[in-house]
Amino acid sequence: MATQTLPELGSLEPNQHGYREFTLGKFTFNRDGYFAHIAWPKGTHMIPADAFLRAMQRDVAWGFFYGIVNFDAVVGTVNHYGNVDLYAGRFNEHYRKAGRDYSENFPAELITRVFQAILEDWTNAAFDPFAAPQETGSAFGPKNGSNKEAITRHRVTAKRMIGAPGDEPTRSDESGFPINRGFTDVPQDAPDVMAEPGFEGEVVSFNLFAYLSRSDVTWNPSVVSVCKASLYCPTTEEYILPVIHGNDRVEWFVQLSDEIQWEVEDRDTGALRARVTMRAGDVAAMPADIRHRGFSPKRSMLLVWENASPDLPALYASGKMPPTPVQF
Amino acid sequence: MAHSQATRFGSLERYDKGGVEVINDNAKNYVFSNVFQVASKAKPYEKIAVGKNIEYVIEAIRAEGTSGWRAAAHDEFALVMDGEVEVRLLKLDDPGAVPAGTQGSVALSGTPKGKKMGVVRARRGHMTLLPAGAAYQFHAARPGVVLLQTLAGRDTVERWADICQTTPRPQA
Repeated sequence: MATQTLPELGSLEPNQHGYREFTLGKFTFNRDGYFAHIAWPKGTHMIPADAFLRAMQRDVAWGFFYGIVNFDAVVGTVNHYGNVDLYAGRFNEHYRKAGRDYSENFPAELITRVFQAILEDWTNAAFDPFAAPQETGSAFGPKNGSNKEAITRHRVTAKRMIGAPGDEPTRSDESGFPINRGFTDVPQDAPDVMAEPGFEGEVVSFNLFAYLSRSDVTWNPSVVSVCKASLYCPTTEEYILPVIHGNDRVEWFVQLSDEIQWEVEDRDTGALRARVTMRAGDVAAMPADIRHRGFSPKRSMLLVWENASPDLPALYASGKMPPTPVQF
Repeated sequence: MAHSQATRFGSLERYDKGGVEVINDNAKNYVFSNVFQVASKAKPYEKIAVGKNIEYVIEAIRAEGTSGWRAAAHDEFALVMDGEVEVRLLKLDDPGAVPAGTQGSVALSGTPKGKKMGVVRARRGHMTLLPAGAAYQFHAARPGVVLLQTLAGRDTVERWADICQTTPRPQA
């Protein structure tokens, strides 16, 4: 019989703070009023509960994304597309030198179920891990309800383009997507589309900027147009990217509005390599051997451009492909 | 009362470029450019790559006047970043005008034969589907900028050394 609580994934009894403990291989996850506590055979680690939930929310929603999702400088996941490494200290030079790093591999389905169960149990009613800090209540304190609606949002993945027949719809007040407080000045005009009879399904256009102005989440790239394996994945950003994304391929950013600053580090050691400031119209590549974290003082629009070809991680890892997209 | 900051988009006339501050790297690795700056120095409808990911590109296009007709064997997507651009679409009578497997768009001579599909008048932020197998033509009464999602084709222009930051810090 299917159950909603999946008791086999966590302790039956909550701890003194009201939260259940979870085990995944030799990792254990516990939380108190302020922190998530992660333990593995060679060490322990603490992450503030809000930061932990924001990071885990992205990891789950993105299906472990492209490459490495560092929750912070110690804990995270590596996506092998079907199975996933959960690690501690693996991409931290000091942990590795001290022999304190640890990694375990799990089927993607299993780690997804455990992460979903943690999110469901540890996210209190007032807290929305996808929302900007100014738009959500507190993650802290003893257990206080749950927020399943916030943590199970539909992830937009257009098959051709937003607004195309049979594809993901545009957003409106009526569909539950009011204009975000950070984008009240973004024009909402629709393009003038004049299709000849019989071509209504192929003459298609929509206002991407208006669509983004109505996003209710932050740091959540979602597919809006598909050119073979070339995916436009725009997203709206505010405050800090909740993960440090380690690339397994080159990805590109086009800043559509406002400003984001990126801290770019060596993917394997965390050594700082560059700071990239992007303003409206700027385009930059993130090489395949870095990790990056963005800082957006005002809500901004970012176009994340991905090549989803499944062959790429092996090509970059083997050195057959240079880590930078263009040599000049 | 809540404070709200104005949203800042760029334009041909007004853009504020950021840049790469190198700590321990080479600025060229970030292939950093700005679509408005690129388009401000481009010829009308020159297809200048500002991003490249193996066979895929994004091109910055200065829309000014009327372009020639083009078509691709795959979908492309035109995002207007500045100005107003009219997109005219035509269903080609000859489906072999662009052989299957062709990457990127190809220029068609004159006005190709086909059935009018329609017209889109797109302004800043509007994204338009350029369907596989359809011919398209852009028209802009005043200079604008289109960002095109496509594959690198025979007319894609790559001049990275001219458009990208090469110094360890952004140049003022």
